Order: sequence, then structure tokens, then C-alpha cells
Amino acid sequence: MGAPLSAEQITARLRERYGDKVTGVQPAGGGPPCALVNREHLLPVMEFLKSDPALGFDFLMDVTAVDHLLLDLPEIEERFVVVYQLCSYGNNHRYRLKTQIPEDDLTAPSVFSLWQAALWGERETYDMFGIEFEGNPDMRRLLMPEDFPGFPLRKDYPLRGKGERDSFAPYVPEADEEPGSEQK
Amino acid sequence: MTPENDAVTEGPVNPANPANPAAGFRVRAQDPSYQGKHPEPRFFYTDEEEDELGGKRMVLNMGPQHPATHGTLRVILQVEGERVVGADTEIGFLHTGFEKLGEHMSYQQWVTVTDRMNYMSAINNNVGYAIACEELLGITPPRRAQVIRVILSEISRIADHILCAGLSGMDLGAFSLMLWAFERREKTYDIMEAVTGTRLTTSYTRIGGLFRDVPDDFEKLITDFLEDMPRFIDELEGMTVGNRIFEDRMRGTGVISADEAVNWGLTGPLLRASGVPFDVRKAYPYSGYERYEFDVPTRTEGDSFARFLQRLAEVRESLKIIRQALDDLPDGPVNIENKKLSLPDKTDVYDNIESLIHHFKILMFGHGITPPRGAEVYSATEAPNGELGYYLVSNGEMNPYRVRVRPPSIYNFAVFPKLAENMMISDVVAVLSTLNVIAGELDR
Repeated sequence: MGAPLSAEQITARLRERYGDKVTGVQPAGGGPPCALVNREHLLPVMEFLKSDPALGFDFLMDVTAVDHLLLDLPEIEERFVVVYQLCSYGNNHRYRLKTQIPEDDLTAPSVFSLWQAALWGERETYDMFGIEFEGNPDMRRLLMPEDFPGFPLRKDYPLRGKGERDSFAPYVPEADEEPGSEQK
Repeated sequence: MTPENDAVTEGPVNPANPANPAAGFRVRAQDPSYQGKHPEPRFFYTDEEEDELGGKRMVLNMGPQHPATHGTLRVILQVEGERVVGADTEIGFLHTGFEKLGEHMSYQQWVTVTDRMNYMSAINNNVGYAIACEELLGITPPRRAQVIRVILSEISRIADHILCAGLSGMDLGAFSLMLWAFERREKTYDIMEAVTGTRLTTSYTRIGGLFRDVPDDFEKLITDFLEDMPRFIDELEGMTVGNRIFEDRMRGTGVISADEAVNWGLTGPLLRASGVPFDVRKAYPYSGYERYEFDVPTRTEGDSFARFLQRLAEVRESLKIIRQALDDLPDGPVNIENKKLSLPDKTDVYDNIESLIHHFKILMFGHGITPPRGAEVYSATEAPNGELGYYLVSNGEMNPYRVRVRPPSIYNFAVFPKLAENMMISDVVAVLSTLNVIAGELDR
């Protein structure tokens, strides 16, 4: 049980330990600062965030991603950013961590070994953005059908779909079939 | 569900047959875009599965249309007699793309979509979203709006909890308990109707305030409610606690330890029933919750019965908050005095040109409320089921660039396949009802 730290202090503590592998980011338009971590160092940094008593992030509140196709920000170089929302019950502070995923290699290390909450959070991120999490034991789609071809929350995916609805096989009853009799 | 090294490459391990993880899976290879890596729901085909006595294991589908699932979700159980040996879930039947919609609607418009997530307590979703937008813009709504938000959120929380308690009764065969809770919930909806104009999909909050002020008889409505509700909770407790059938089916089923609950990201009554007193209203107060005295009740058992009692205890705390907030209700406007953000009065729009211009600027496409480019915020509030988080990213235009909802239900339900193993089928029903998974916010 430590004292709550501000986001700046948490970033400072991470930089003290990991140096340039962690970059502190102040969102340009406002909002609390967060940190950007290289994908290769994500797992050790996450493990430190969880196990260090002064940080003590015991909750992984959410895993999601942002597709930066249409939003160029100075600190973001790659197309996808996976966002982790962390919360510490013991120390009563929150933090946000991001990692960049290039478009040609859509994989990220899974944090399932640290927080089991990542199981479905990462599944949903895979479902919506197509980012595969290596180490997640259940990397199936969560909300969309298993054979759905696209990744709906990407920015190049149109709001009304790519014609998937038209390709559903229509149900045509046989001529001598009573409507509804296929239910029997 | 332990992270095993071979599970990484092989796909999910079938717990019923660890020696042959692929048994029982069917791979859908017909679609060329599908690479055959991700199997269908587990236990869909069990031709090769045999139990110790050489009998076939049975696959039992609960849902998508099953009374015990309280919504459209599917639970696939692999059973050996009456015992569940493995469980899998399939969700997404109500997936409506709320997050995608949010990227194509203006900030104000999306308030109506938040109602449809947890339709049991729509106001809590409205308030959570409004607070997230206000944090993004760096504004604070007037005090009166905040207090009204608190009162209505707590009433909505009570409605959600008593309905969950009633439905737990229905799942265990006490149908009258459900009807009885429904009748009381109707009273909370009468208040909602008087204040917001609708019973279920309230859409009551606006960014920087509320849709309108409360009616004149608001205090009387709330006072009557406060007089009525404690007796009902006592009666509800009297009907269930000590009832042999109810307790025997609830006690000891679906036990979640405190460590497990934290590790799985459970929040709300589920977490507190496992003994972790984490409540967003206490830990990160919003809307002036720090002004009210209330406790965070906890229980230590972590079973279905503890979750049931936890909800009743939280109703009593909510009543305390409502009572204090009603005494605290100040006079004044309910919308922020910023003409760039809050809509002018409709009569003013017809009467003077400034209001007409403001109205136009807020509503017309290409104008509207535009937080600065690159701003982002994660804002959490305590919804009846747990932490409801909104993560908003702005690109400086009138639509959010990214809207992410962290619904409590999805993280609360993820633990279910693990809980259901080695359970009896009838216990699955009891556990499902106390997890209180709302399919609307599960799938969004």
C-alpha cells in the first residue's frame, strides 16, 4: 500500500528503470500523460508495473487499440497503437500505456500471463483490428462471426460494411414447404 | 485456462482431453481468407470424446435464447451426466457496432447510443459518457446538474440491483420474486419517466449538463421512493435469506477468490463480494461523490449468495446517498454557461439571432463540439455492474476519432468458463444470474 503517484511520477519511475525504451507522452490536445513502450519491451515493463510495490498495478482495466490511419500525431509512427488501461487498487492510481504495432507485422505480446483480464480484452482487439496477441491461449474472434473476413474498427473499413450482408445466402423456402416448418 | 507453452502454437487446450488438444474442434477451412488457425467454439463436436466409463459426453447448449441467460448469449456446456466438465461461451449476438457508430456521430448524438448498452440502468451510461466528454473538454457542469445526476444514477443502480435479485429468484424457481421486483422497478421507472420523459432509454445527460431540469414535484417523488424502498429490501431479504432452497442453491456455487477477481479484472458487486472494497465512487470520486457519507460494503465468501447479499447491501448505501443528495440539491441552472457547448433554450432560438447562431453552430455538420486535436481521456464511473470506462480520442473534428467503451459485463463474464468447470448444470443457472451479465453492453 503506497501513496498514489501522478502519471508524471509513474513515467519518471519507468524511465529511471528502462531509460529510452519508455517514452513519456503528453497528449497534444490535453488529457493525462501516458507512456509509449516498444513492443519488444512491453512484457518486462508490464511485469515491472505490476510487481513494483510503488506502482502495484493489480488491475488491467482494458485492452484496446486505435487505428492511426487518419490521425497523424508527432509521437505515433506506426499505424496501430494498442492501449492498456491500468489501475492500482492498493496505491489508488491509474496509468495508460501504449505500444505501437506496424501494419506489416500485426502481432503483439500478450499480457495474459500477468493479468487474466487480458484474455477477452485481447480477443476483442484481435476481432476489431486484426492484431494477434502471441501468448494468448484463446485467440478467436469474440463478437464477430468466426468466418467474418474484415476487421470492422479499422479506419479503412466503411461504416456500412463491405457488402458482407449481401453475401449471406438468402433463405428460400421450397415450393411445397409451409413457412416455418424448417424449425421442426 | 492456464497459460501453457504448447497452447500458444496449438490454439486453445481442450481441458476435457489435454492429450489431444485438437479433439473436439472443427476447423472452418472453406473460406480462403480464413487461415484455419482459430477453431470454432469448443466442444461443438464431441464424437471422439469419451468419459472414464466409456460413455459419450454430451454437449448442452444454453442460449442464445434461454431464460437463464437474460439476454442473447450462448453458453456451451460439455457435461458428463449432471457435471459440467468444460464450458465455452459465444457472444456477439447483439453486436451493433456502437464504437464504430460513435466515430460517425457527433459527441452529443452518441448520448442516445449509450442508453442501449446497459438498458437496465441507462442513466449510468449517460452520466459516464457525459463525464468523459467533459473531462475531454476540461469543463465542469453546474452543481445542480451533478447532484441530479447522482440522485438518478443511484435510483437506477437500485433498479438494476433489485431486478438482478428478483431474476436470481426466478432462475431458482421463485417466480413471484421476479414479478415482485419488477413491480418495484416500475416505481423507479415512474421517476425516470417524470424526469427524463422516457422509462428505459433516458438520454438525459448533455455535455456540460442535462437535457432539462427536474419537474416541480421531484422532491416528493424521491421522498416517497425513499420511504417505500427500505421496507421492500427488508422484505426481499426476509424472503430469501434463511430460505432453505434458495440458500442451498446459492451458497458455495461459483466461488471467486479475491486474487482471482482482481486478476480477471472483475469490478463492481462481484469484486466486492469477493472481499476487495474497490469502488470508483470512493477511489476516484466524480460528480461530487466525495461529499456524501456512504460505506463500501464487502463480503468475503465470493460465492453466488455473497453476490446476492452484496447487491442488497449496496441498495441500502445508495438510499443513503440519495437522501443526502436530496438535502444537498442546490438551485441554479442545469447546463454550463458556455454558448459554444450547451444548446440555447428553444424559445430563444426563435426570438434572437445570437441564440440562433449558437444553435446552428452546435448542431450543423462540420461545426459542433470539437475538443482539441490529439486529446484523449479514459474516464471511469461506477455503473451498477462495475467500472464503466470510456476512452475517447479526438482528432479536432466534430466526431470522436475513437470511442472505446469498457463495459463491466465483458470482463465480468470472461471468468465464467473457468467458473463453470466441475459445476452442476443447475448451479450454472444460479451463477449466471448473479453475474448479472447484460447482453446489450456485453456486445455493444
